Amino acid sequence: MTEAWQQAFARVPELLAAHVQLSFSALLLAMVLCLPLAIWAVRAPRVASVILGFASLIQTIPALALLALFYPVLLGLSALLGGRLSALGFLPALLALTLYALLPILRNAVTGLTGVDPAAKQAADGLGMTAAQKLRLVEAPLAAPTIMAGIRTAAVWTIGAATLSTTVGQASLGDLIFAGLQTQNWTLVLTGCFASAGLAIIVDLLLGLIERAIRERRKIIAWGATAVIGIGLAIALLPMLGARDDVVVIGAKGFSEQFILARLMGARLEEAGYEVRYQDGLGSAVVFQAVAADDIDIYVDYSGTIWTNQMKRTDAVPAGDMLSEIGKWSEATHGVTMLGALGFENTYAFAVRPEDAASKQLKTLDDLARVSSDFAFGTDLEFLERPEWAMVKAAYPIRFKEARSFNPTFMYPALSSGEVDVISAFSSDGRIAANGFVVLEDGKGAVPSYEAMILVASRRSSDDKFIDAIKPLVGAITVENMREANYKVDREANKQSPRQAARWLDERLKDGKDH
Amino acid sequence: MNSTPSASGPAISLNTVSRDYGAIKAVDNVSLEIAAGSFVALVGLSGSGKSTLLKMINRLVDPTAGEVLIADENVEVADPHVLRRRIGYVFQNIGLFPHMTIARNIAIGLELAGEKNGRQERVAELLELVELPQDMASRMPHQLSGGQQQRVGVARALATRPGLMLMDEPFGALDPVTRDSLAGQYKALHEKLGLTTIIVTHDMAEALYLADRILVMEDGQIKADATPAELLSGGVGDEAEALVAIPRAQAAHLIALSKKT
Repeated sequence: MTEAWQQAFARVPELLAAHVQLSFSALLLAMVLCLPLAIWAVRAPRVASVILGFASLIQTIPALALLALFYPVLLGLSALLGGRLSALGFLPALLALTLYALLPILRNAVTGLTGVDPAAKQAADGLGMTAAQKLRLVEAPLAAPTIMAGIRTAAVWTIGAATLSTTVGQASLGDLIFAGLQTQNWTLVLTGCFASAGLAIIVDLLLGLIERAIRERRKIIAWGATAVIGIGLAIALLPMLGARDDVVVIGAKGFSEQFILARLMGARLEEAGYEVRYQDGLGSAVVFQAVAADDIDIYVDYSGTIWTNQMKRTDAVPAGDMLSEIGKWSEATHGVTMLGALGFENTYAFAVRPEDAASKQLKTLDDLARVSSDFAFGTDLEFLERPEWAMVKAAYPIRFKEARSFNPTFMYPALSSGEVDVISAFSSDGRIAANGFVVLEDGKGAVPSYEAMILVASRRSSDDKFIDAIKPLVGAITVENMREANYKVDREANKQSPRQAARWLDERLKDGKDH
Repeated sequence: MNSTPSASGPAISLNTVSRDYGAIKAVDNVSLEIAAGSFVALVGLSGSGKSTLLKMINRLVDPTAGEVLIADENVEVADPHVLRRRIGYVFQNIGLFPHMTIARNIAIGLELAGEKNGRQERVAELLELVELPQDMASRMPHQLSGGQQQRVGVARALATRPGLMLMDEPFGALDPVTRDSLAGQYKALHEKLGLTTIIVTHDMAEALYLADRILVMEDGQIKADATPAELLSGGVGDEAEALVAIPRAQAAHLIALSKKT
């Protein structure tokens, strides 16, 4: 238990720094944007209603959706600029959080500036102040406490919403929460929550102190609190100065197998002398674009996913042909090298409870189609939107009573507890065998092959040391080993971290070679 | 009761000045000559246009027609803020800057003019002029009474040594005792500094006491233009008569009361 906490805490400093860098940059950018806008809005009330309306509208978009929306926008922009822009990571997170921070700052700045005592403004005019002098000497100082309150609200919101930036590949304290949620590692989730909540509370207290000090015109307290914030920022921003050119970034989608394989490759690369960083929790659509754009250096994908999602193919071909075609396609169109298949498949497998399989005589997807109108279907978050589901529906007359999406972690318990009657499980998942679930056969071959394979970004493809470190993994991992490794992370009791499971797998591979 | 010969304040001319707000004529074709060094009171009921007329002199309001000249120079020649720095302006709501000390409030005009030297001495001088203790300099406005605040307002207006003072009901919000003493002290300052002062008030008694020339306004026009003595002797129009009738009746009542006791 204590080891789990230690492991979780060990990741906090780096992620906290990234979290502070991101939130602070977004807040600063929002302030720079808002203050001139607020001044304009106060001078022209019609502008005010338009600007505030726009800011309120943004606020109604869920933060997660706002983050996701910036990815395609930046991708398009990047294409226009010749690929010099990274559509992943810091930039989309920064833009989304900045937009999110606009409303409280803008609203308070407008309220503060319009609320300045008219007598003070008249006196300023009567004394012969220019518009700029009036703003600097009278309006801004008198509106400052209200503006500060808006900045404070925005800061707390931004720090909270920054946890979501994990989904677009920006490191933040959200990494702990998302990874913990995927692997049911509650220590990790709690550590991430406490760290981000603690950061928000401290920042709120300090900004509140500054706000009160400005209101009561107590300069020493205001400057003192500002200094504390400044020192905190300096500590967080310091690592940014250090160059980290040759750090290998390993991408992973949001489930245990991906985390484990990323750590396995990471361990091999560290042995070869590389410094390694992980970008976990990337969406299937995002991760391939990321490797194509050199935002990540390497990751594991599945042949069927590339085949259907990226290549837009719907025809079924033998597994071997599929791999070689994917390799040619990715090299030619994106400069991405398909290094080879790892040796196991992780396909979509329709799984049912053993008692249903026995009583309803379920063996194949045809059998499932027969009873589907009585069955509730549980899937991961993306399956219903994926072409594979369309292919299955085209091949088999399946019509479920209802369909529900789950975080993969909760999909298996949902089947055991009877909340749903069939799930779109992953064939390499250890929880299928552990729960005794029965996998139904895809007799018509509707679901394409899902060989796990290593994809390498173009900037690493000619790095021999890099390739030599990874190459031994090709063809080395059996589905049994993968299932066992996955189960170590996914099981309820005696859970291991992805790093521990990767170490186990690594030792198993090395033993296998020795004997 | 003509202008003081030693006056340093400028003369003011208004030539056919009007100000419309939509269909409403706040000031309606007013022409007026104010001699250098005079103390002029603009008297009238609320909405008679007296405040608007005053604000057209320092361009807080721009006329829709006509022109305003200060010392024979059209006020539109300079930028409004440059013009205003040469004119003292005091108004009912005072408008001290709540986040600045009394000293900085008083010296703000000097700060705007970029005068760095002798600010402290000037503040001390002005505090003495408006009869406030020197230790007020470091206080904040909210620590002062209404009367003290308006003394600071007057000191602030005088800081850059303007020749012209525009006062918009400056003592309107003060209690009668404070108001009387402050009015008396200002009148003495006006004479001592040789200012040209235009004061807006709806209190005829105050106007009769302070000014050497009284203009009665109604519906944006000047209905009477007379010295206090002329006003009191009557025959300057119904509007003026109605306003003079009030202090006269009050005085008569007081005299009657004191005879009874």
